[in-house]
Amino acid sequence: MMSMKPRTKHILSIALAAAVIAMLLYLDSNKAQYSYSIAILERSAIYAVVAVSMNLLTGFTGLFSLGQAGFMAIGAYTVGILTIPVEARPNVYYINGIAEPLANVNLPFWAALILGGLMAALVGGLIGIPVLRLKSDYLAIATLGFSEIIRALIAAPQLDRITNGSYGLKSIPAFSSILQVFGIAALCILIMILVINSSYGRAFKAIREDETAAEAMGINLFKHKSMSFVISCFFTGISGGLLAVFMRSIDSKTFQVNLTYDILLIVVLGGLGSITGSVLASFLMTAGREWLRFFDVPLVIGGFSVPLFRNGFRMVIFSLILMAVVLYYRKGLMGNKEFSWDGILRFFYRIAGRLRRKTPGNGGEANA
Amino acid sequence: MPDNVLHLADVTMQFGGVVAVNNLSLEVNRGEIVALIGPNGAGKTTAFNVATGVYAPTNGRVSFNGETIVSNFPQGKMKKMYAGENRGKYTDVVRKTPDVITKLGIARTFQNIRLFKNLTVFENVLIAKHMNMKAGLFLSTCMINYKEEREMRRQSTELLEIVGLAELRSEISGSLPYGQQRRLEIARALATEPSLLLLDEPAAGMNPQETNDLTSFIYQLRDDFHLTIFMIEHHMNLVMEISDRIYVLDFGKLIAAGTPSEVQNNQRVIDAYLGVAEDGE
Ligand SMILES: Nc1ncnc2c1ncn2[C@@H]1O[C@H](COP(=O)(O)OP(=O)(O)O)[C@@H](O)[C@H]1O
Ligand SMILES: [Mg+2]
Repeated sequence: MMSMKPRTKHILSIALAAAVIAMLLYLDSNKAQYSYSIAILERSAIYAVVAVSMNLLTGFTGLFSLGQAGFMAIGAYTVGILTIPVEARPNVYYINGIAEPLANVNLPFWAALILGGLMAALVGGLIGIPVLRLKSDYLAIATLGFSEIIRALIAAPQLDRITNGSYGLKSIPAFSSILQVFGIAALCILIMILVINSSYGRAFKAIREDETAAEAMGINLFKHKSMSFVISCFFTGISGGLLAVFMRSIDSKTFQVNLTYDILLIVVLGGLGSITGSVLASFLMTAGREWLRFFDVPLVIGGFSVPLFRNGFRMVIFSLILMAVVLYYRKGLMGNKEFSWDGILRFFYRIAGRLRRKTPGNGGEANA
Repeated sequence: MPDNVLHLADVTMQFGGVVAVNNLSLEVNRGEIVALIGPNGAGKTTAFNVATGVYAPTNGRVSFNGETIVSNFPQGKMKKMYAGENRGKYTDVVRKTPDVITKLGIARTFQNIRLFKNLTVFENVLIAKHMNMKAGLFLSTCMINYKEEREMRRQSTELLEIVGLAELRSEISGSLPYGQQRRLEIARALATEPSLLLLDEPAAGMNPQETNDLTSFIYQLRDDFHLTIFMIEHHMNLVMEISDRIYVLDFGKLIAAGTPSEVQNNQRVIDAYLGVAEDGE
């Protein structure tokens, strides 16, 4: 059928990567002018990491967790607490002070970020292991409950001297540039792709397809489910750490269940089992939400104030669009397929074919 | 003394009040082809599920190459409800999970084909090679174990060639016709390198030609892979031709056992099953 030469595909891929890097470099050298776009792109890249990590678990292993916000909170607070400059701390913890052992601990961003991921993975293991050993159907409920408990713990007065309670953390050092965010996000996603394409990733897919058959093929269900869950938690923690650095100030409200639902929507819209779908949807959703701000400001045309245009209307439109996509693109943008140049080619041929058929006098109608 | 591979001893499987397998004892010896036959709902598949660790039996023991892999006795709610025999004969609980039993060398296919439907033919076989992999997650992710991966792929390709599915390797397995899906399921089971192969109705849904081919295929498997084969099958021509011995199950109970000619001439078997089967088909 329609397909390109491998060489052509390689050239196109390299060209695409080069175009993205060039765009990022351009944005970075005109920071002041494009700060708004940069913020959207950075948030999208961070969401892409957590969306792919959720897809690894749900789309590739068939397990369902709703603890994303909680695991992100763990990563975010680990990074926040460990990277706020020592001089800035009295200012951050101005009410209750900071716990002695932490007062002078300051890690480089990289170390704190990895530690954030490890913390999330550790906590994930502690919650996941008993649940996955019994009945993995309860994973969603257990992680959802856990996520709320984490939020309560963060805001608990007893932990004020560590998490700064309900005052949250601020003065978290920012990213050096948008390239740093994209670089880390790309690395994380690349690692997850390698996991999925490895023999372990195939075992995950086997579990998703049919647990009984997978087990009959010698795959230890508990071991592989735990593996997938802990890996997913690790990268969710990393994305939480990135979010903390991106936002620079966080508190327990940053990590409400809504955050988890946003990620879930991205994964479903992008397509369960499609990594490129998750990445694409992260950017579309995050940007789409901003474009729709247009609906939030009162619109006056020639002295006539158009009804409905007011604060919050954008979310109505957003929900409608989502509903339409879920109704008509039930498998998400990408289904369980990945982006490929051949896919793009076919897509354009299909559109061209449809246009030709619609145009009368082209012989198309007669054929149909 | 015959070399005992699989041994079921007094196995009873009770679901609530339903006794699906009732005090079943049987054995399969090395190199044999043994069939388990009986009317629908007799408990044949359930017996396979007990032998492969999918269900823990209510009472009884299963051993493989002399090692107990499954053993249980009525406990908890079943203490009161137990309607089978040999209560008190077994007092230990052994519950190896299906993956462990597969690693010991028992592989199986399923009556209602359980392929990884959305994955390719090749991936289906390759996945069964995973359990013998030495590399851990890290080495495998970083592709440091590429030699091992290459060997897994080579062996999977070879298996596909043996079962005649090499040209279809990139097809989505769920899209294959029925007969080929059954062959693929056998290839996938072989990929786990078993010594005992359990086939649950391998000819179901096959056309007469495919059923015919199956006979020589099963002989070939036994000889090339040094297998012992235990199969559930309804096609009497196939069963009578291929089996060294036959066990007949009815309402969970063993009603006859012996060589094909012995079983064929057994009045109880004719009444319970063979007469009915011939009328039915
Ligand atoms: N998981 C289960 N729960 C309850 N009853 C079951 C279960 N599996 C099998 N049975 C029952 O056990 C009996 C035997 O079923 P099965 O072993 O599938 O028969 P066969 O394979 O001989 O046709 C049937 O009555 C069936 O309904
Ligand atoms: Mg059956």
